[in-house]
Amino acid sequence: MNTQQVIFLVLSAISLASAMGVILSKNPVTSVLCLILTFFTIAGHYVMLNAQFLAVVHIIVYAGAIMVLFLFVIMLMNLNADVEPQKRNWLKYAGAISGGTLLVILVAALRDASMPSLQSGSTDIGLIANLGKTLFHQYVVPFEISSVLFLSAMVGAVVIGKKE
Amino acid sequence: MQALTDRVKPVDRRPLNFVEKLYIPAILKGMGITFKHIFQKKATVNYPEETRPFSPVFRGLHILNRDEEGRERCTACGLCAVACPAEAITMEAAERKPGEEKLYREEKYAASYEINMLRCIFCGFCGEACPKDAIYLTETFAPSNYDRKGFIYGKDDLLIPDPKKK
Amino acid sequence: MNIDWFFIIEKIALISGVLALSLGVAMYSTWGERKVAAIIQDRRGPNRAGFMGLLQPLADGGKLFFKEEIIPTLSHRFLFILGPSLAMLVACMTSAVIPWGDTLTIGGRQVSLQVADINIGILYIFGVVSLGVYGIMLGGWASNNKYSLLASIRAASQIISYELAMGLSLIALLMLTGSLSLKDIVEQQRHSYWNVVYQPLGFIIFLICAFAECNRTPFDLPEAENELNGGYHLEYSSMKLGFYLFAEYINMFISSALMASMYFGGYSFPFMDSLGLDANLITILGFVALFIKIICFLFLFMWVRWTIPRFRYDQLMRLGWNIMIPIAIVNMLLTGAWILYKQG
Repeated sequence: MNTQQVIFLVLSAISLASAMGVILSKNPVTSVLCLILTFFTIAGHYVMLNAQFLAVVHIIVYAGAIMVLFLFVIMLMNLNADVEPQKRNWLKYAGAISGGTLLVILVAALRDASMPSLQSGSTDIGLIANLGKTLFHQYVVPFEISSVLFLSAMVGAVVIGKKE
Repeated sequence: MQALTDRVKPVDRRPLNFVEKLYIPAILKGMGITFKHIFQKKATVNYPEETRPFSPVFRGLHILNRDEEGRERCTACGLCAVACPAEAITMEAAERKPGEEKLYREEKYAASYEINMLRCIFCGFCGEACPKDAIYLTETFAPSNYDRKGFIYGKDDLLIPDPKKK
Repeated sequence: MNIDWFFIIEKIALISGVLALSLGVAMYSTWGERKVAAIIQDRRGPNRAGFMGLLQPLADGGKLFFKEEIIPTLSHRFLFILGPSLAMLVACMTSAVIPWGDTLTIGGRQVSLQVADINIGILYIFGVVSLGVYGIMLGGWASNNKYSLLASIRAASQIISYELAMGLSLIALLMLTGSLSLKDIVEQQRHSYWNVVYQPLGFIIFLICAFAECNRTPFDLPEAENELNGGYHLEYSSMKLGFYLFAEYINMFISSALMASMYFGGYSFPFMDSLGLDANLITILGFVALFIKIICFLFLFMWVRWTIPRFRYDQLMRLGWNIMIPIAIVNMLLTGAWILYKQG
């Protein structure tokens, strides 16, 4: 086993364990922290794929911005209250069905996917210059469409905020 | 409204113009003022090593005086306690026994003499009232203490040392 | 496996050196802060511990270590301890990508005075800085005190808001330099003018945002000592409180180093290539030059603190969202237009 494999195994073990921690922990704040840890290990995987830009953006966007907002909301909840609203039965069934469907889709998609073994350092697509060129040449239309999506989300937020 | 003094300055309540709204000139002006203070004379002194000069009429802690032969001057007449506006002085009088002529100048002396330095306002009326020139205010002030008891000065704190017992 | 042991030793020495440097500078920033406050207010400042009070930081640190440690009974114990540790860790991590100097030649070996020259240096700093919020938020929440919680939310929203304008002002700079590596940015300034000449507006925005990110006056609402009932560290005592305060001084040092590197030429100084001196000597002089720039920025931080009063919270938010971000976007557009014009 070379160093890379060891690092990969350790990172994967941590990410799986912390991902389990997200859904298993009773305290929402602990869940959020576990999720942040998961994001970090995934960023570590990006670094191993020589995609430093993706790794850092992943940390900035997910760990640095989105999870902060999550934490914001969770901190303002009254966590001491034991009165958890009783979940209705049909809600449980709906959750099980949708989760199961997602699993089926994922398995079906991954079964046929060809998984070439990645050579480290062979790909430079994650470096900032190459990624920028690809994004703005090959994928410029999807990129702009997603920016329109963000714009509409911002407008929506402003509209909701201005209601009163 | 009629102005009470001739030093009134009308407040400028015009809305801020564009340059003022940027706040940058005002900030720079303020920073200039603070920068000037770097080169100004320090207003404080290194206290225990340096002290500020006292004025000649400074009134600090009291002392009870002795005469040339080292006898206590105080006769416990109580005039200082009466004169005290803060009622900080209490005393008990006692009669001089034979053989104590070396210690007390008159037939009557203060067996105990206490000044509460927390009440005292250091006005100096006690010294003015004293007919025997027994109490004076010095140029020191009361040091800090951890409890109130420490600020009640008894006779042993107030009496100046005997000039003959060196 | 062929491991370059010399390389590992070199990096370990460099990392410990940089860490010791940032901790030492942060320590003496507390002394400097009090001295600057004193001379601006016509006082004398600390002068008892050692010559000119130079041992004061040691005395303060020793005092904080021996103070009684209080952990509130109803707090979340693990997170309560994690908060200040995270703040400190994040503050220490940023210094890795700052180029402290050019290369030294020791025994025929090129030793770069930069811990890691990664090609996304500035983004790395942003990523790490954006994690600094967690230390504050976790500490405030874990204290189980509503004032701490409110203060931590205040701090977090301030930092998030100003990170935006900071990033936008940096984008304009990055458009000019075309590189995210701090080393490249400094090297470009070495052979040309300092970036502040090209980006004065961007620099001012970055400076203001740096004040807000470091929780310095006039944006020190997260820890307004007097009127807002302390801050997120209300329940902290002993060295945990010390860690929070210390992390802030490290952040101040790092942002000074960052501003010096990005806008004021970093370790380069005028005429450094035409002096005809030994390369190693030039490197050392460059390090000194960078340090002088950093100290100037630190003094600016302190000078502003003792001049300008604090903003009100709504003013702070309005400044961030309604003024800073639009100006930063305009600056970005102007820079883009200028680059297009230059290209013809």
